Amino acid sequence: MNSRDAILSRIRAAQGRAGAPSAPETAAVATYIAAHPSGPRPPSDWDPLQRLRERALSLTTTLDEVADLAAVPAAVARYLRNNQLPLNAVCWAELAALDWTSAGLQIEARETHGNDLVGITGAFCAIAETGTLMLLSGADTPGATSLLPETHIAVLPRSRIVRGMEDAWALQRAECGADAMPRAVNFISGPSRTADIEQTLVLGAHGPYRVHLVIIAA
Amino acid sequence: MQIASMHFKARAGGKLADVKLQAALRKLQGNFVKGRAERMLELDNFEEIRSAAAAIRDRTLANLDTYLQTFERNATSRGAVVHWAETIDDVNRIVCELAGIYGVTKVIKSKSMVSEECALNDALEGAGVQVVETDLGEYILQLAKEPPSHIIAPVIHKGREEIADLFAEKHHLPRQSDPALLTREAREQLRGHFLSADMGISGANFVVAETGSTVIVTNEGNGRMVTTLPRVHVAITGIEKVVATREDLTTLLRLLPRSATGQTISNYVSVTTGPAQAGEAGPQHFHIILLDGGRSKLLGTDMQPMLRCIRCGACMNHCPVYQSVGGHAYGWVYPGPMGSILTSTLGGMENALDLPQASTLCNQCGVVCPVKIPLPELMRKLRERQFVKGLRPWSERAGLRLWRYAAERPVLYARLTRLAARLLKLMGGNARLIHRLPFASGWTGGRDMPAPAGKTFRELYARRAKPEFAATGARG
Ligand code: SF4
Repeated sequence: MNSRDAILSRIRAAQGRAGAPSAPETAAVATYIAAHPSGPRPPSDWDPLQRLRERALSLTTTLDEVADLAAVPAAVARYLRNNQLPLNAVCWAELAALDWTSAGLQIEARETHGNDLVGITGAFCAIAETGTLMLLSGADTPGATSLLPETHIAVLPRSRIVRGMEDAWALQRAECGADAMPRAVNFISGPSRTADIEQTLVLGAHGPYRVHLVIIAA
Repeated sequence: MQIASMHFKARAGGKLADVKLQAALRKLQGNFVKGRAERMLELDNFEEIRSAAAAIRDRTLANLDTYLQTFERNATSRGAVVHWAETIDDVNRIVCELAGIYGVTKVIKSKSMVSEECALNDALEGAGVQVVETDLGEYILQLAKEPPSHIIAPVIHKGREEIADLFAEKHHLPRQSDPALLTREAREQLRGHFLSADMGISGANFVVAETGSTVIVTNEGNGRMVTTLPRVHVAITGIEKVVATREDLTTLLRLLPRSATGQTISNYVSVTTGPAQAGEAGPQHFHIILLDGGRSKLLGTDMQPMLRCIRCGACMNHCPVYQSVGGHAYGWVYPGPMGSILTSTLGGMENALDLPQASTLCNQCGVVCPVKIPLPELMRKLRERQFVKGLRPWSERAGLRLWRYAAERPVLYARLTRLAARLLKLMGGNARLIHRLPFASGWTGGRDMPAPAGKTFRELYARRAKPEFAATGARG
């Protein structure tokens, strides 16, 4: 018997079952997965945008709000200048067409090779309950852009703010397909951190030191 | 990792006298314990969510084989390769074989307690592969050649000055001791490894049957790099870690970071499904290893609830024994109350005789466990089993037999306790403290025993009990 069958039959024997899973057993599991019920959720009597702001700030994510997509480059430039950060960055393909140059920025739509200091991405959605960004990886949405640079800037339409992670999954099922999963779903909640040395909190462990979120109203 | 739990008593003594360790452990209480309490207040319906979390874990455990096969099917259909390992040696063999197949010379690892169970690093190094731990705590431990002492904060036992010395010696850079600077130094040392490694090895906090995904929950970002940058990704986890759906995962994620570090959510929750897709940067090969390692032996027994464990560490953070002796005294990968049970069940009861006893059964662990594992009850059951199997020392067994003989004879019992109470009072002298007690030198070796007042409870009770009180209070 190979290891797989040995483990599976040991499990079945321990639970007083013999042979292969019966049809009712398999059906019960399939039915539960098809229904994927949500568990109890904490009360959410808050306004999603307001809650996202509060939660993000408590995670030391900074925020900015702009009227429309065209206003993003100026907002990004302002943030970078105010924090004395470099004015060149890499970005996701979906943001390549913005007029970065007029804002005085040098932005390249490509993957990061590991030494870029600023990465600009979109986001699939944001979760108000925890102040979390949800990013899906893909050919045009490489995960490393939000990970390797010291500063991560995310651009998100206000309409893409959901209440809880359950709603984020529902949106992902609706837009990508019930069974479709990207290689990586990354939930990001603020800059990377560690408290491994004497339980002292330090921002910027291996990932970004700063996360900045630009919310587009329209 | 070799089990050294039989030395618990001997090690515990040394740990109690270690001033630096004691200071570090006090901080753990301040941060993790206080943080957890504050974060739980955010959830008005914490108990409801906690019950749901326990039910989620029970659901997959009750049909574990079917859920595991569902997971395997979905993971495989997305291009991952699922391996089944009966023992820790099987895990090491599979990883070393994969390293050979893909021509791997350097491995980067994110924190994985299962790989600590396996002592995987030794196996890989034995096969000529360089292994670099990338979680800051684990990196420090790898440099210091020490095992972790906590499952969430592995290097809790080391102070900044010690780490500063270690870095100065190993990195050949000017010594600095500010935690922010030390973290930056490690970041810079490790960046090159991230970009040049051939294989990334991670654990998995959960695997999701519905999608065939592995999930890791981290703060530093190293887990994301390990699962994104090298061309081969290997995830190693226990067979009990399967959950049914993304929604079930979501419920557990409301409790795990809150219980572990007192965070509402960890910085990164990464759900990985299959290797890189067409045109995408990322691992070309994704292997998942599911370890039994003794877990299936717990199924269908009174120890099954232990398999619900989501490795949050709350039970050790709140344990007065862990708080006093730290993690190394426990002698294996998992310390604290959960470790006492896992070491006894996965590692063999005879290797860990002291561990189920290393608890006051105060039930702090049972109260905080986010998946409602009745930890004190399980420890008590292990104590019973040790007794039944004749694994307790003869003196303890003889003592218990004597006690039972007396306890079954109320008149004799009353006489003996009266005698003992008076004798002990006499031994206490004017200070009413006993410095040395035969058969209990373990107690009196480190402290005095307060002497009793000379009368037993039953004597006092008999004198005070008024007729009407005795009628209603007869149970006492
Ligand atoms: S036993 Fe409970 S409290 Fe302890 S680590 Fe496991 S889940 Fe957390």
